[in-house]
Amino acid sequence: MARSVTTRRKTVVTILAWTVAFLIFFPILWTVLTSFKSEGDAIASPPKFLFFDWTLENYVTVQERSDYFKHFWNSVVMSVGSTLAALVLAIPAAWSMAFVPGRRTKDLLMWMLSTKMMPAVGVLVPMYLIFRDTGLLDTRTGLVIVLTLINLPIVVWMLYTYFKEIPAEILEAARMDGASLRSEILYVLTPMAVPGIASTLLLNIILAWNEAFWTLNLTAAKAAPLTAFIASYSSPEGLFYAKLSAASTMAIAPILIMGWFSQKQLVRGLTFGAVK
Amino acid sequence: MATAHARGAARVMLSPAVVVLLLWMIVPLGMTIWFSFQRYGLLSGMPPEWTGLTNYRYFLTDPAFFTSIKNTLSLVGGVLAITVVGGILLALLLDQAFWGQGIVRVLVIAPFFVMPTVSALVWKNMFMNPVNGLFAYVAKLFGAPPFDFLAQAPMFSIIVIVAWQWLPFATLILLTALQSLDSEQLEAAEMDGAGWLSRFVHIMLPHLTRAITVVILIQTIFLLSTFAEILVTTNGGPGTATTNLTYLVYAQSLLQFDVGGGAAGGIVAVILANIVAIFLMRMIGKNLEA
Repeated sequence: MARSVTTRRKTVVTILAWTVAFLIFFPILWTVLTSFKSEGDAIASPPKFLFFDWTLENYVTVQERSDYFKHFWNSVVMSVGSTLAALVLAIPAAWSMAFVPGRRTKDLLMWMLSTKMMPAVGVLVPMYLIFRDTGLLDTRTGLVIVLTLINLPIVVWMLYTYFKEIPAEILEAARMDGASLRSEILYVLTPMAVPGIASTLLLNIILAWNEAFWTLNLTAAKAAPLTAFIASYSSPEGLFYAKLSAASTMAIAPILIMGWFSQKQLVRGLTFGAVK
Repeated sequence: MATAHARGAARVMLSPAVVVLLLWMIVPLGMTIWFSFQRYGLLSGMPPEWTGLTNYRYFLTDPAFFTSIKNTLSLVGGVLAITVVGGILLALLLDQAFWGQGIVRVLVIAPFFVMPTVSALVWKNMFMNPVNGLFAYVAKLFGAPPFDFLAQAPMFSIIVIVAWQWLPFATLILLTALQSLDSEQLEAAEMDGAGWLSRFVHIMLPHLTRAITVVILIQTIFLLSTFAEILVTTNGGPGTATTNLTYLVYAQSLLQFDVGGGAAGGIVAVILANIVAIFLMRMIGKNLEA
């Protein structure tokens, strides 16, 4: 028997849910709106919500004055690069743990996870010194290396939980039919694994894009991604709300859109499969 | 059964990831432990020198250390209280039938994808600023004097900012858990005349216990390392009012160039995080067997 819901009750819940959602989303909405205002309108009192002279000048200024796209590109290289590197290391590892489990597989998985629990600040000093002495400080290569390392455990885990759901019987059947290991991976496993790999990719780009400990501590002007670029607005000169908003909007828009697509995987990825 | 051939191949495929993580685990952490026993200033120009436990003694007896532990606990505790209670309420609300569920979900989850430096600066300037912020305007509407959030209630302000970022995470996980609840059980209880509250306490809450624990543990791990929000809003101040353990270690090592002292602080942070991690690992491990 399906529970019947009265229209009145549904209306009340709808109003309540939309109000709460609007309040939670409001800071983002306000940032986007402010990015289209002149600096004067941005601090007008009473605040102007929709009726102001819409302008794109902030976006132009942010690009011209601080070379926005350089930082944007740093973010892209760093998040995509580190995710791909992590996938290259993690796919074979997760594959072998899911399909050829040994006695130690569980311990190995737990150990990998434990490396993720180490607080970044515990290795800040040596990482800073290693980077300084090897010339990796303020380079994109350096950032890709660090982000690959910190996200590798999550990537292995996510892939492992996805691969685990592929029925082993199918692989057995392929093997019976005389498929080699190579064709087994290429023609049987890969097509079934692609959705899992895709969502792992998506979630890790998001995590890397927003990482704000190593990016702030290991970069300066040259390799700074958007997290560090935005942080430079913390000690501004003159009127800057509209410009801060424009820079912020561009920094969060791509990830917000990707994030909305990966809602479901988010729960699974961030709880290491503990909540599905 | 896997053949010997497959086992060999598996080992080969496993080793790159294992070796890389092993190096990542051992080399920097080993260096931190080593530095923590050295007198090592980055600017002094003197070669590092063994000092035994001196760094730990200084770090652990520094008044700033106690303040930072207190701040770390209030930040973690405050954010957890807001996000867990708020998350449960929101999940219960979003689990109801209403129009536009998809859009509402998208709006509620959004703050989680905003990078920490953006959310901190947006809140600091456009909402909490005592002159131009929206809150100041609202206060003026009600005739209240403007309130300088980050100067007068700095820790509270940072808790609000961080809680806003994590509320969607808690909501999403609790909602996922709630939706896996067997609705027939609830209907049966309803037919037996169980009121809303007793259905919540006796059926929903026990079902959510596991998800709530996971939320608390995972958030604690991340919240112990809160850094960017503090860096761009208060720089740990006023005074040391918002300096948490992570920020203190950062200041010690990269602002005061005291490698030895910073390393000792880093090891203290690792130990604290591990206490939480042990509990989390145990929960995840149990799930692995199931």
